[in-house]
Amino acid sequence: MFSAPVLNYSLLAPILIVLGGALLGVLVEAFLGKAIRATAQLAISLGSLVLAFAQIIRIHSERSLTAAVNSVAIDGASIFFQGTVLVLAFIGILFIADQDNFAAQASAIPGSEEERSAIETGKQQTEIFPLTLFAVSGMMLFPMATDLITLFVALEVLSLPLYLMAGLSRRRRLLSQEAALKYFLLGAFSSAFFLFGSAFLYGYSGSLSLSGIANAITAGNGNDIFLLIGIAFLSVGLLFKVGAVPFHSWTPDVYQGAPTPITGFMAACTKVAAFGATLRIFYVGLSAAQWEWKPIITTISILTMAVGAIAAIAQRDVKRALAFSSIAHAGFLLTGVIALNKAGLQASLFYVVAYGFTTLGAFGIVTLVRDSAGEVTDLNRWVGLGKKSPLIAGTFVLFLISFAGIPLTSGFIGKFSLFNAAYESGNILVVVVGVLSSAVAAFFYLRIVVMLFFTEPANDSVTVVIPSVMTRIAITVCALATIILGVYPSLLLNTAQTFANFLA
Amino acid sequence: MSIVTTLELLPLLGAVLLAVIPKSNAELAKRVALATSLVTLAVAGVMAYKFQIHDSAMQFVQSNKWIASFGINYAVGIDGIALVLILMAVVLVPVVILAGWHESENGKWSAKVFYILILVLETMMVGVFAATDVFLFYVIFEAMLIPVYFLIGGYGRGERAAAAMKFLLYSLFGGLLMLAAIIGIYVIAGNQIGHTFDLAQLSTLTIDSSTQNFLFLGFFIAFAIKAPLWPLHTWLPTAAKSATPGTSILLLGVLDKVGTYGMIRFCIALFPEAAKTFTPLIIVLALISILYGAFLAIGQKEINGLIAFTSISHFGFITLGIFAMTSQGLSGATLYMVNHGFSTGALFLAAGWMVSRRKSSNIEDFGGLQRVTPVLAWTFFLAGMSALALPGLSSFVSEFLVLVGTFTRYPIAAIFGTTGIVLAALYVLIVIQKSLHGPTTPGNEDLKDLNLREKISVAPVIALLVIFGFFPKPLLDAINPASQTVMTHAGVTDPAPKAGK
Repeated sequence: MFSAPVLNYSLLAPILIVLGGALLGVLVEAFLGKAIRATAQLAISLGSLVLAFAQIIRIHSERSLTAAVNSVAIDGASIFFQGTVLVLAFIGILFIADQDNFAAQASAIPGSEEERSAIETGKQQTEIFPLTLFAVSGMMLFPMATDLITLFVALEVLSLPLYLMAGLSRRRRLLSQEAALKYFLLGAFSSAFFLFGSAFLYGYSGSLSLSGIANAITAGNGNDIFLLIGIAFLSVGLLFKVGAVPFHSWTPDVYQGAPTPITGFMAACTKVAAFGATLRIFYVGLSAAQWEWKPIITTISILTMAVGAIAAIAQRDVKRALAFSSIAHAGFLLTGVIALNKAGLQASLFYVVAYGFTTLGAFGIVTLVRDSAGEVTDLNRWVGLGKKSPLIAGTFVLFLISFAGIPLTSGFIGKFSLFNAAYESGNILVVVVGVLSSAVAAFFYLRIVVMLFFTEPANDSVTVVIPSVMTRIAITVCALATIILGVYPSLLLNTAQTFANFLA
Repeated sequence: MSIVTTLELLPLLGAVLLAVIPKSNAELAKRVALATSLVTLAVAGVMAYKFQIHDSAMQFVQSNKWIASFGINYAVGIDGIALVLILMAVVLVPVVILAGWHESENGKWSAKVFYILILVLETMMVGVFAATDVFLFYVIFEAMLIPVYFLIGGYGRGERAAAAMKFLLYSLFGGLLMLAAIIGIYVIAGNQIGHTFDLAQLSTLTIDSSTQNFLFLGFFIAFAIKAPLWPLHTWLPTAAKSATPGTSILLLGVLDKVGTYGMIRFCIALFPEAAKTFTPLIIVLALISILYGAFLAIGQKEINGLIAFTSISHFGFITLGIFAMTSQGLSGATLYMVNHGFSTGALFLAAGWMVSRRKSSNIEDFGGLQRVTPVLAWTFFLAGMSALALPGLSSFVSEFLVLVGTFTRYPIAAIFGTTGIVLAALYVLIVIQKSLHGPTTPGNEDLKDLNLREKISVAPVIALLVIFGFFPKPLLDAINPASQTVMTHAGVTDPAPKAGK
C-alpha cells in the first residue's frame, strides 16, 4: 500500500516561495526582452525574499518535525537561520543588482568577438538572479534538514548555483572561471566526503535521521568504527563548506576570483547556512558522542582562528585578506559548536547575523573602489583612500573594527558571547587562543587602517565610484546594523535567546 | 539621572555640536570645545561639592539595564578615589585645549575632528573611572583607544602612524587578555550568584586560588601595559615622542592612570588572595620600573622621551604604593596619580612650548632659556621640581606617603625606592641645567616668551601643584575612606608600628 507523503505547505511556505521566485526568474530570462528583464528579475528576487520573510514571521512560533515527512524541522533555530539567510540575501541582491560586475554573456569565451559584441549591444544576461534564489533556497533548507539525505540535497542545491555564480565576473574572467572550477572540483570532492560519512553513519545506526543516529549512539550497540569514520567524513564535508583549516585553501582563491557581490553573498549567507546545519548535526545528532569529536573540532577551531589571523597579515589583496579573515571567523564560530550548550547556540545565532552584515558591507565597499579596468583589490593601491573619500574609507574602517572585535561594534558582542559560551562549557583553552588570535587579527586590520588614513597617497588613478542607490542603501544598512548591534545588542540577543532551540 | 551621567554626556553633547559646525571655521570649533570642557569642569565642581566626604560607599550611583540577557548594566558610581581622578581629568581637558590652541593645525584632518576626538575622550575618561559594571568598564577601556589612536596618528609628529599602531596593539593585546579574565569571572559568578557584572557582587565570590591567579594575571597584565610597568612599557616613549603635547598630557596624565586605578579597583578588589600571592613579584617589577625609568631618563637626549621615562619611574612608585597593601601606601598612590597628572601636564606643556618655539626637541638645542623666556623657563623649572618631588610641591606628599606606607611592610623595597628620588633629582636637574641655564645656545636668542593665553592655561596647573603641596588635606580626606574600604575588603590591616622600644 502506498500513501502519498503529507506536506505541510503552510510551514514550508518560505522556502517554496523562494523556489517559486527562482523558477519564475528562469522563465523571465527566457521570454522577456532585454529592456525590462533586469528590472523584472530584480523585482521578482526582492519580492520573493520579502514574501518569504513575511511567511517566516507568520510561522515564527510554530514548532513541527513533520512538516515534510520527518525530514525537516520547524524549530527556533531553523526559523532564525532561514530568516537570517533571507535578510542577508536581500542585501546581497542589492549589491548584485549592480550589473556592471557580471559577464554579459557567460557562455562567450573570454576575449572573443562574441563577448565584445554582447557587451557593446548591452545584451546583459541576468541569470544571476534566479541562480541566487536557487542558492538561497538551498541555504534555507540546509539548516532545517533533519536527515542526512535532505542535508545532502540541500548542500547540493546551495552549492551548484554558487559554483556557477563564482565564474560570472565580467572582468578578469579567466581568474573568475579558474575560481569557479576550483570551487566546483573541491566542492564536489567534499560533497563526496559528506555522502560517504552519511553512508557510514547509516551503517552504524540504521537510520538516516539525526535523532535516529542520536538514539543509536545513546544505545551504544553499533560498531564504533563506523561511527567514528562517519563523523570524520561528515565533518570534513561540513568543515569544507565553512572554510575551516585545513579545508580552507579554496577560500582565498574563490573569494578573489568570484565577482565581488557574489563573494560577499557567499561569505555571509553560506556561512549562515553551513553553520546552521553544522550546529544542528552536532547538537542534535552527535552530542552523545561528544567525547569522540570534541577534541578534534577543538583543535580545528584553534587552528582555524590562528591560521586565519596570521595568514591574513601577509595578504596584499583586499579580497584575499577578507577571505582569511572569514576563515578566522569560521574558527570563532566553531567555538560555538564545541560549547554544545544553549549559550553557545544563542551566541552562534547572534554571531552569524552580526558577521553577515559586516561582511556584506565590507565586500560592498570593495565593489566601489575602481580604476578604469574595474575593481582595484591590490591593497597597496588603496593607500590614501581616506583622503580621497573619507566617508567610504571610514565606513570600511568601521567594518574592520567590527571584525577585530573592538567594543561598541557588533563583532565585539558576537565574540564576547561566543567566548562566554565556550568558557562556560569548560573550553578555556579555546577562549585564550581566541583572544590571542583576535590580537593578531587586530594587527592586520589596523595595517589597513594605516594604509587608508595615515599613508600619503601615491599618485594613482584609483577612484571611488559613486555608489548606486541600491548599493548605498545596502552599505548604510550594514553599517547601521554593525553599530546598533554593538551599542544595543539586546534587540537581537533577546530574539536569539528565544529562538535558540532545536527540536529533536 | 546621576550627576556622573550628566558629566559623561556633556562632552559628548559638545562633540555632537562640533560635528555640525562647518569645517572651515576652526576658531569656532576651538571655542565650542573650550566652552564645553569648562561647563564640564563646573559640573564636576558641583559634583565634588555634593560628594559626602566621610561616606565610604559608592555615591551618585545609577544603574540601568543595558544588555539584559548577559546581566550587563550601565552602572556608575564614584568613591573618593574615582572622584579625585575624574576631577583631575576634567581639569586637564580645558588646560589642554587652551594651551594647545594651535596644536591641531599640523594634523591630517581639520581642527574640528581634533576637538571632537578630545571631547569624546573626555566622556570616556569620566566613564572609565565611574563604571561600576565590569563589562561597561571594559567597553570604555577598549573604546578609549580609538580616539587616542587617531589623535596620535592624525595629529602627531614624526613616525606618528607607527607610534599610534604600537600603542594600540599593546593596549589591545592587554585588553583581550582582560576580556578572557572577565569572561572567566562572569562564568564563575553565573555558577555562584547568577550572571552579573556588578563589581560589588563580583567581589563577594569565592574563587579557588589557581583560578584566581590566572584571572588576576589577565587583569594585571592589561593594567601593567596601560600604566606602564617594566617590561611592558616600550610603547610609551614612542607614543609620547610622536603625540602632540596635549595628547601626551591626556595619555600619560589620565589614560595611563586607568591602569593603576584598575589595579586598585579590580585586581585587588576582585582577587585579594591572588594579589597577595603576586605582591612580591609586582613590587620587584615596580622597583625595576622606578630605577630603569630614572636611568633611561638621565640618558635621554629628547625632551618628550625624557618626560615619558620619568613617568615610567613614577608609575613604578604608584604601583609600589598600591601593592604595599597598606592604607597609607594606597592613599599615597592615589594622591600620586593626581599629582603626577598635574606635574607631568605642566612638564609636557612647557616642553611642548619649548619645542614648538625652537622647532627641535633635542635637549642640547636649548640652553639659557632662563634669560630669553623667563616665564616659560620658570614654568618648566617648577614642573621639574614637582617631578623630583621637592617638598612644598604636591608630588612630595604623595611620594612620601608611598614610601612610608611601603616601609611599614616592605622596608627593603622602600629603601630601594628611595634611591629613585635621588635619581629623580639627577634627571630633572640635568635637563634644567642644560636647557634653562648656561649661555644662550645660538638660535635661541629670539624665542618668544609665553603669551597671555599660554600663561592662563598653565597657571591653574602650577597653582594646584603648589596648593596641594602645602595643603593636600582635601584630596586625602576624599581618598582615605575609600582606600580604607579597599584594604578592609582585601582583608589586610596596616602593620602595627614597631618603633619606640
